[in-house]
Amino acid sequence: MSIRKLLRVRTVAALSAVAATVLLLTACVGGAAPAGDAGTTTLHLVGFAVPKEANNAIQKKFAETPEGQGVVWEESYGASGDQSRAVVNGLKADYVNFSLEGDVTRLVDAGLVEENWKSGPTKGIVSDSAVVIVVQKGNPLGIKDWSDLVKPGVKIVTPNPASSGSARWNILAAYQQVIANGGTEADAKEYLTKFFNHVAALPGSGRDATNAFLEGSANVLISYENEAILARQSGEDFDYILPDATLKIENPGAVLKNADPKANAYLNFVLSQAGQEEFVKKGFRPVIADTPIGEVTGANDPAKPFPVPGKLFTIADLGGWKAVNAKFFDEGGIVPEIQKATGRSQ
Amino acid sequence: MTPSSGTVEAQQLVPTPPAGAATNAGGPRDRHRLRRTKSATSLTPVSALGLGVSLMWFSLLVLIPLTAVLVQASAGGWSAYWDALSSPQTLAALKLTVATAVLVTAVNVVMGTAIAWVLVRDQFRGKQLLEVVIDIPFALPTIVAGLVLLSLYGPSSPLGVNWANTRVAVFLAFLFVTLPFIVRTVQPVLLELEHEVEEAAASLGANQLTTFRLVILPSLAPAITSGAALSFCRAISEYGSLVLLSGNLPYSTEVASVRIMSSIEGDKLTEAAAVASILLVVALIVIVVLDLISRRVARYA
Repeated sequence: MSIRKLLRVRTVAALSAVAATVLLLTACVGGAAPAGDAGTTTLHLVGFAVPKEANNAIQKKFAETPEGQGVVWEESYGASGDQSRAVVNGLKADYVNFSLEGDVTRLVDAGLVEENWKSGPTKGIVSDSAVVIVVQKGNPLGIKDWSDLVKPGVKIVTPNPASSGSARWNILAAYQQVIANGGTEADAKEYLTKFFNHVAALPGSGRDATNAFLEGSANVLISYENEAILARQSGEDFDYILPDATLKIENPGAVLKNADPKANAYLNFVLSQAGQEEFVKKGFRPVIADTPIGEVTGANDPAKPFPVPGKLFTIADLGGWKAVNAKFFDEGGIVPEIQKATGRSQ
Repeated sequence: MTPSSGTVEAQQLVPTPPAGAATNAGGPRDRHRLRRTKSATSLTPVSALGLGVSLMWFSLLVLIPLTAVLVQASAGGWSAYWDALSSPQTLAALKLTVATAVLVTAVNVVMGTAIAWVLVRDQFRGKQLLEVVIDIPFALPTIVAGLVLLSLYGPSSPLGVNWANTRVAVFLAFLFVTLPFIVRTVQPVLLELEHEVEEAAASLGANQLTTFRLVILPSLAPAITSGAALSFCRAISEYGSLVLLSGNLPYSTEVASVRIMSSIEGDKLTEAAAVASILLVVALIVIVVLDLISRRVARYA
């Protein structure tokens, strides 16, 4: 093939790629933002990707309420930390829904969210979940609890706690369950060291970890209850175990200082029973007591989807995120030190 | 246009050299040098405008962002910089990244040149298809590349291997995303290369190896080294294809870009910029070394 022809082929390929991208982009924008005629308010939601469907269902219900009339949404979803940094760097947002409190704290530090955002009845949390152990269909290794994860032959995959903030829930659950069961901090460190000796992969995000597990990279995946339920709803065939002692996952939502007042009405609606019901359908635990819990497909027992574990501890029991990050994840913290020891011995 | 007519066209464009291989290989470079001296002394208004626009464009897109990285890296002073780089985990990641990128580039130099040679000099069925397929690693989003490589070399591999979460996976991922560079830089040069020169060398008694070493290689050297530089730089910055494939295990398969992501997630931008600036310096050194090698080899002619 001559150079000219070569160039022509590549130009055509490049042009069609550009054209496809432009089409896709216009399709996205076109779907999200109809021209603003009188009486409509545009609200900007920036969030982490997992609760997108729940958010969309809540928005639909919100539109039927008097306050929600005429609200149109512009949404942006991605990794929680990336989304939070994008808002600090000027991405327009009225309401944010992140996976970690720290991602809202970043906005408070930047002066974008009120200091008292946690003063509400749920302390700023809009949905709950729990850390679970995902195993292959039929649980061939007979795993029942955390202690089974450090037995011979077990290969664990869990998202990378360094590059993904949300992955930190999993590591903290593995650590704190030792203490919840009466162990000392030294016991917990010893368990976590054994745990890391069984880690086969630390993929970039929770979804990547699920993919790696499904490809067969490991026989155990540490995940979140809602993630496991959602994957089973979309046809993935695996079992999950809610350990007797585990960590409660709390996902915050907040309204920005300069947001449209309708954003506050939306947050109130999210925290109403009607709003929480939509989270429940997607496998999240409700943050409002008495939320009616219907059948949740994908749960181990769809009729009783959210059994209460024997010992359910929270991040507050560990001293809050700020203390936890310094103690566990910063340079010289428990996790990097354990990784240094286990990584070098491999 | 058929491949052979392309070669004919190329031959017509370049005047037939009067004598043997040596003068031909020296010719274009001398002309190039002459042109450069001339333009350095006197700029026409048009070329001055061109230079201005190019520099402005380059500054906005490359120089200013690069400076920003360096400024960010030095924001916490030397001690913060040193702290970031004295972390054994970061050092291990940097070592793995650079060593694997060097290895991958070396493989690409040989294989890329060989593939370009086959594409230009040989006629075979499916050649057109291969031409198109070569560029796929450029077009594929790297996360998709990671998925493809995982199903090919991972636990459910049809080849019966399991290289997921090992350093072999890092090597394969780098290899996959950098394959096209040397092929695409060498190919056009090889197309322009004249058969007569090789025939002349042969008639003067050179065997095939000598012809390749003394006639073909010096002409290809600049293309190979610039392709190698691109390939190296692409490899040290790779991230997407590794998040699924390499397992990101600290001290084992974690690469520098994952360390940078971790620093950003921890809101330690100085640390991230420090690691990035080390990658920049390494890339610069490699580019200079490759350029020196290229000049050395070209001097054979």
